[in-house]
Amino acid sequence: MAGQYSAGDLRKGLKVEFEKRPYVVTEFNFVKPGKGASIYNCRLKCMLDGTTMQRAFRANDVFGVPDLEEKTMRYSYNEGDNYIFMDVNFEQTTIPATVLGDSRFFLFEDCEVTVLFFNNNPVEVTLPTFVEKVIAETQPGARGNTAAGNVTKPAKIVGGYELPVPLFVNEGDTIKIDTRTGQYSDRVLRR
Amino acid sequence: MHERERLAALAPVLRLRSAVNAAIRGFFLERDFVEVETPVRVAVPAMERHIDAEPAGGAWLRTSPELHMKRLLAAGLPRLFQIGPCFRHGERGDRHNPEYSMLEWYRAGADYRVMLTEIEALLRHVALAVRLRGEGALKVQDAIFTRPWIVESVRDVFRREAGWDPVADYEERRFERDLVERVEPSLPRDRCVALVDYPAAQGALARLKPGDAALAERWEVYAGGLELANAFSELTDAAEQRRRFKAWGGERRAEGSAVYPLDEAFLAALAAGMPPSGGVALGLDRLLMALAGLATLDDVLPFR
Repeated sequence: MAGQYSAGDLRKGLKVEFEKRPYVVTEFNFVKPGKGASIYNCRLKCMLDGTTMQRAFRANDVFGVPDLEEKTMRYSYNEGDNYIFMDVNFEQTTIPATVLGDSRFFLFEDCEVTVLFFNNNPVEVTLPTFVEKVIAETQPGARGNTAAGNVTKPAKIVGGYELPVPLFVNEGDTIKIDTRTGQYSDRVLRR
Repeated sequence: MHERERLAALAPVLRLRSAVNAAIRGFFLERDFVEVETPVRVAVPAMERHIDAEPAGGAWLRTSPELHMKRLLAAGLPRLFQIGPCFRHGERGDRHNPEYSMLEWYRAGADYRVMLTEIEALLRHVALAVRLRGEGALKVQDAIFTRPWIVESVRDVFRREAGWDPVADYEERRFERDLVERVEPSLPRDRCVALVDYPAAQGALARLKPGDAALAERWEVYAGGLELANAFSELTDAAEQRRRFKAWGGERRAEGSAVYPLDEAFLAALAAGMPPSGGVALGLDRLLMALAGLATLDDVLPFR
């Protein structure tokens, strides 16, 4: 913890440390009834697991300034559930699959990512918005799920992640995936 | 949005403010009030339990014109009003700004009941004077002020909306939480409501009710659910006033808030004799919000 915020500093977007966890303030509403005390109604989103909570703070409540650092790193390789990244000085950091979530399927060698560290521990990895992956398995021209209006079928990319793709996508095709949602974005035409 | 477009979009509400101020002045001058100006930069801010002053180079910016206006009242000016800026540190939100515009008035010989009659007359007068001033998307919500007002005791509204008696079982945090979370959301959106007779501990600078020291002679008026104005039968007892200042100072010190010196000039004026009086403080920016039907001060203040 590097310093302090008081409730009066709270505003939308501020990152604070509260009960030893880093949060970002996503909603902020100041109320002060009549001659009463100030109340700072906030929604906080935990930067570790994305959970949110609603809290009412008072003028004399204090918060830590979270020790957060963002670093640009490149993906090297994995050993089972451990993923090895390297910074510009070739310093290695091991990030477990639990922190990466589905992002681990979208990595490729030398992929440039932003790693957020909290108290020197990696807590979040942001990939390029779009990555290209090759389809390993899908049924050719299979009739898929038409319920949502978009006609799709299941497919598996090299590395094992499954996602719905349009009917015209075939095994061996390269597609673009939106890493924010994990969804199909485009087919990449190779000449 | 660009600065010019943003400000141009605020023109109707700026014109409405100008008309509201003119109507307020007309109302008070007609009733033989004197418009006064008292210092904005003060040596001693009024000590209140939960109000923090902005420092201003060895002095402070006023949080309210109350103490200076009461000194004029004590000196024999019986009817006073003032329109001007006040400052409160750390208050910023849709309904708060660290700098805002206050209308404050005092009437010697009156109590809080008389002041309730007077604010109702004032706001009807203002609403009728500006009702045709709406331009473009701005529709003046004059009916909020002209429909019959509701007057209810704090005790009754808490019993109904929060299920407990805040006078018999007063508890500060619980009172303030339920006021914000249960009572205020229950207030009607289409008219004004006055909540009257606060627990003595919420009395601030109000005198206690003669014959019932559990209650303070204070009211708050809400316009369409928006807290708009506060009034007291003013405390005129210098010894009691000194005791309250000291108690708030002690509580502020204990929680780590700034403690201001006692305003001895004000206390001396009270000791020399201030007539029994009623006083009202009204947030003009919020009055604009209510009249224009706007939900945030962003749409009222050209510069925040």
